[in-house]
Amino acid sequence: MQYMLLIYQKDMDAGQQDQATMAKIYQEYQALNEDLKKRGQFISNHGLKAASTATTLQVRDGKTVTTDGPFAETREQLGGYYVVEAGDLDEAIGIAERIPSARWGTVEIRPVWGS
Amino acid sequence: MSQSLDTNEIEAIYRREAGRVLATLIRLLGDFEMAEEARQDAFAAALERWPTAGVPENPRAWLVDVGRNKAIDQMRRNHVYKSKVLRLEKAALEEAAEPGEHPDAAFGDDRLRLIFTCCHPALNPAVQVALTLRAVCGLSTEAVARAFLVAEEAMAQRLVRAQRKIREAGIPYEVPEPPLLDERMQSVLAVIYSVFTEGYAVTSGEQLISAELCLEAIRLGRLLGALLPERADVQGLVALMLLHDARRKARLTEAGDIVLLDQQDVTLWDQGQINEGVGRLELALRMPGRISAYTVQAAIAALHVHAISQETKDWPQIAALYEVLLRLQPSPVVELNRAVAVSMVDGPAKALLLVDSLAGRGDFKEYHLLHVVRADLLKRLGRRDEALSAYRAALEAAKTDPERRLLERRMTELGGAQLP
Repeated sequence: MQYMLLIYQKDMDAGQQDQATMAKIYQEYQALNEDLKKRGQFISNHGLKAASTATTLQVRDGKTVTTDGPFAETREQLGGYYVVEAGDLDEAIGIAERIPSARWGTVEIRPVWGS
Repeated sequence: MSQSLDTNEIEAIYRREAGRVLATLIRLLGDFEMAEEARQDAFAAALERWPTAGVPENPRAWLVDVGRNKAIDQMRRNHVYKSKVLRLEKAALEEAAEPGEHPDAAFGDDRLRLIFTCCHPALNPAVQVALTLRAVCGLSTEAVARAFLVAEEAMAQRLVRAQRKIREAGIPYEVPEPPLLDERMQSVLAVIYSVFTEGYAVTSGEQLISAELCLEAIRLGRLLGALLPERADVQGLVALMLLHDARRKARLTEAGDIVLLDQQDVTLWDQGQINEGVGRLELALRMPGRISAYTVQAAIAALHVHAISQETKDWPQIAALYEVLLRLQPSPVVELNRAVAVSMVDGPAKALLLVDSLAGRGDFKEYHLLHVVRADLLKRLGRRDEALSAYRAALEAAKTDPERRLLERRMTELGGAQLP
């Protein structure tokens, strides 16, 4: 099965974090990605720019309405995601708990259709 | 007439085998809903065939085979399941080639897997309990709904949603590996214990179901104990449930009035259950590792049932055990129980200080036991008016009729006016 791991956290402003911490987190993510690739569990992963750069769109009765900002304005925002291959939910949980942001943010696990 | 006798016999077999058959069908078919349907079909076939053909030598294996074949037939009609049908048929052929099919050990393993599936933390705790009662204990949806005081339809929906989540989210049908086992074990034990406490709480008019829930919890606990004999926490929990349940007949009068522990008719206690409970407790105490809160509570329960009277009860040890329990599992209930034990060792004045400090730390207006304990302590200290007003507070917070009647009796004993 494939699972999407959605990473929610407070918007990380690169300028606010000290360089050493950022570099360390970046390295942790790199190591996790390499390991998942080696095990054949990596499908895709992207980090997202700050939620303030988001545009939200709805089409109603053929008319498109766009709004500035993310879908739901909360303290924690979608900051990135993984799509991974895992045998079952426990295996997906096992990967999710290795995502560095899980330590300060939240990871939502969603099974992917047709996988 | 012989027809109705056979139906009874088949129903008895259903009662005994339903849980095991379902667990194995879930493993074979990999789907909860499909397995439930297959089990239903299998028992329908049994009702049809057994009265004339006789009960097969191994009814469980027969039911599993028929259920699986019915499910395969069903799937064949729906081409979405084509690849699944092939896989299932292949598995069935391989199994048939092996001698000694359906060994009992495999059935036990299937039920254990199912318990862990039903108690998976990705399901909400109330649903874990309901699903365990339905799928592992084989209670009807109606009985589960009654235990939770909700409408049958609402419960049926809740159960279907949970089963879908299990399938869609890929909640595994497996006993977790050791690093996860400890953590998952906690939720399994919590589910079993809440099945028990659900049944143990005295609610008027519903005593029959209550006893059934207690027995189901004990049955589950024994099963878990047999499948995982090395776990002290499992043995401790089973001991705790047995020791409490042993006093079930003595806890209420025929009229449904509460009889307190020190006034219970000891001859009504189930000595067999007490012996088994104490045996399991000793086993748990001898096992290595950190002692579990269940084992400590079982030890307290054992001290209560072993004493012949209040006077010979080992109160210092009971107080010390509550102290241990408070460290393992701090809660107002445990603090209150410790205060009662302290009152028997150091006197009611010291205990009252503990209770008042507990009452000062939070809002316990709704917690009627706190008022009951306070009232009893005040009574022993000869502070009659304060005791009466504490009983009144307890009466207001009490939730069931037997509790209310007990409090009214106490107030009458103190010469207080009975409430209309």
